[in-house]
Amino acid sequence: MLDQPAEGYVTADGRQIGPVVLELKNITLRFGGVEAIKNISFDIREGEIRAIIGPNGAGKSSMMNVISGFYVPQEGEILYKGYKRRKMPPYQVARTGIARTFQNIALFEGMSVLDNIMTGRMNLMKSGFLKQALWWGPASREEDEHREKVEKVIDFLEIQHIRKTPVARLPYGLKKRVELARALAAEPQILLLDEPMAGMNVEEKEDMSRFILDVNDEFGTTIVLIEHDMGVVMDLSDRVVVMDYGKKIGDGTPDEVRNNQDVIDAYLGVAHE
Amino acid sequence: MLYREAGDFKTSYASDNQTFPIRFDRYAYWVVMAVAFLVLPMVMNDYWANSIVVPFMIYVIAALGLNILIGYTGLLSLGTAAFMAVGAYATFKLSTAFPAMPIYLVFILSGLVTSAVGVLFGLPSLKIKGFYLAVATLAAQFFLIWLFTRYGWFFNYSSTGQISMPERSMFGVTITGATASSTAVYFTCLIFTVAMAWLARNLTRGQMGRTWMAIRDMDIAAEIIGVNPLIAKLSSFAVSSFFVGVAGALMFGVYLGAVEAGEAFGINKSFLVLFMVIIGGLGSILGSFLGAAFLVVLPVLLKILLVDNLGWPADLARHLEIMIIGALIIIVLIAEPHGMAALWRTIKEKLRLWPFPH
Ligand SMILES: Nc1ncnc2c1ncn2[C@@H]1O[C@H](COP(=O)(O)OP(=O)(O)OP(=O)(O)O)[C@@H](O)[C@H]1O
Ligand SMILES: [Mg+2]
Repeated sequence: MLDQPAEGYVTADGRQIGPVVLELKNITLRFGGVEAIKNISFDIREGEIRAIIGPNGAGKSSMMNVISGFYVPQEGEILYKGYKRRKMPPYQVARTGIARTFQNIALFEGMSVLDNIMTGRMNLMKSGFLKQALWWGPASREEDEHREKVEKVIDFLEIQHIRKTPVARLPYGLKKRVELARALAAEPQILLLDEPMAGMNVEEKEDMSRFILDVNDEFGTTIVLIEHDMGVVMDLSDRVVVMDYGKKIGDGTPDEVRNNQDVIDAYLGVAHE
Repeated sequence: MLYREAGDFKTSYASDNQTFPIRFDRYAYWVVMAVAFLVLPMVMNDYWANSIVVPFMIYVIAALGLNILIGYTGLLSLGTAAFMAVGAYATFKLSTAFPAMPIYLVFILSGLVTSAVGVLFGLPSLKIKGFYLAVATLAAQFFLIWLFTRYGWFFNYSSTGQISMPERSMFGVTITGATASSTAVYFTCLIFTVAMAWLARNLTRGQMGRTWMAIRDMDIAAEIIGVNPLIAKLSSFAVSSFFVGVAGALMFGVYLGAVEAGEAFGINKSFLVLFMVIIGGLGSILGSFLGAAFLVVLPVLLKILLVDNLGWPADLARHLEIMIIGALIIIVLIAEPHGMAALWRTIKEKLRLWPFPH
C-alpha cells in the first residue's frame, strides 16, 4: 500500500484527508460457533471515503454493526479519535458523532419524511420535558431552528416535494434517500452507509453517488461505504477494505485492490484452500 | 369557499408547524371552544351533562393517555382502568389527609402519583413487547384492584370498602361532593380536558413525540439514531399514566363521588378506553376525542332509541351495543387502522381539492 503521511494529505481531486480518526484493532466477532469477523484490523482517516467490499456473507454489515455499537466484538478494540472506546450502547455511539443507514431500509414508516429527518437531530435538540410540554418559547424556537437545518438537508438531497409524505408511501429509491437525509441531519463526523445503492437503477445510482461525494466534499464528512457495484466503489472511494469469509484479504487504494491476487481470486470464486 | 388551503401559504416554519395549519380548522377550533365555554353551560340540562358531556370529557383524558402509550409509542396496555383507580384512590387519600389542599392540585398530584406507579409497571416494557407486555399490564390491572380492595388503608378502613369523595371547594365554589353544582363539575372537567389536550399536542408534536414514534415504528433504528429506549419507553408510561390518573381522579372526584375499585375500574373499563383509542384513531389527538365521543354517545343513543321509544328490554339494547362495538373494531382494524381520525383526514383531503380532484 502507498504510504500516506500520518498527519494527512491532499487527494488528486483536491480534497483534504486528515489523520486516522477511527481504528479497528484485531476485531473478532462470533455468533455462537460462526466467526463473522476474524481478527480484522484497519483504520479510517478523517475526510476519506472508505469502502468495504466483499462477496455476500463476507461480514461487511457485521463490521458496520461493530462500528455503530450494535454488535459487541468478542475480541479486539476500537480507537476513536485516539482513545479506546469503552463498551457502549448504540444510542451513545450515535452521540459521539457516528450516524448510519441500513442495508434493509430502517425508516420510521408511520412518520412523515420531515419527521423522520427531524428525528435524526435527536442528539442536537436540548429542550427539556417541561419546556416541550408547555411549548414554551425556547422549545418552539428550537424546533424552528432545527427545522431550518433540516430544510437545508432536504434541499441538498432534492426531496422538497415529498417533505410531508408518509414514508410508507414512498418508492424504494426515495426511501434510501430519506434514510440518508435522516443520517445527515445528525451532522455526523462519520457516516456509515450500508449498500446505499442496492436495488437502484443507473440514474438513481448516479444521483446517490453525487450526493455521497457532495456530502464528503462540502461537509468534510468521513464516509464508510459498503457497496457491491465495483464501478461505483472504484470511482468514489479513496481506500478499500476487501473482506471474504470474515477475513480481510485486501486493503488499499482502488488500484492496489484491483490488482491484488487474493481479491481477484475471491471475486472469481477460486476455491478456498 | 367550503374548505380551502389553496392560497394559504406558509411564510415561516412556526406557522407551518402550528396545530391547525389550515385557516378553516383554526376557526372551527375557536368556534368549538366558544361553544364549550359559553354556549353549552347555558343550554345544557343536568341529564345531558351527567350522562354524556362530563363522562365524555373524562374519557377523552383517559383516551389521550392511552393513545400516547399505544398509538404513539406502540406499547400495548390493558391496565388502563387500574391506573385510573390509582388516580382515584390517590385523590381520596390526598384529599382526606390534606383537607386544605386545593382540589385541582389534588387532581394533578394524583396524576403524578399514577405516573410513578405507571413507570414502575412500565419497567417490563424494556424487555418484553407486544403480547407479553399486554399480559404484564393485565397482571397490573388485577393486582392493583386486588390491592385497593384488600388493604383497608387505601379506603380509610370504611366498612363498605368504598371510597367517598369529601366536599371540597375552591374560591368559594363547591367542586366535589354531593352539593357540587353540575356547572362546577362541567367547568372542572372542561378546564382539565382542554389543558390536557394541549399538553398532549405539545408533547407529541416535538422531539418527545418523534422519539416515541421512532420507538413505535422501529426501535432498532431509533436506538441507532440516538434514542435511549429506556427513557423513551418510561417517559411514555409516565406521561400516559399521568393522563389516565387525572381521568381516574376526575371520574371519582367530580363524577361518581363514591367508588369501589373492582366495580368502577374493572377490566371492562380498560377495554372501553382501549376501544375508544382504536376506533377513534391510534396516534391521533383528534382520534381520542372522536373515539370517546362515539363510545359515550352510542349507548345513550341506543337507549333512547330502542328502550325508551321502541320499548326493547334494556339488556337487549346492551347486547346490540356490544355487537356494534365489536363489529366496528373489526372493521376499523381491517379497513382503516387509524380509525375515525383518518377517515376525517381523507374526507378533508377530498374536500380540499373539491371540485377539481386533480
Ligand atoms: N445476528 C446474527 N446472528 C447470527 N449470524 C449472523 C448475524 N448477523 C450476521 N450473521 C452471519 O455473519 C456472517 C456475515 O454476515 P454479514 O451480514 O455481515 O455479511 P455481509 O458481508 O454484509 O453480506 P451481504 O453482502 O449479503 O450483505 C453471515 O454468515 C451471517 O449469517
Ligand atoms: Mg450486508
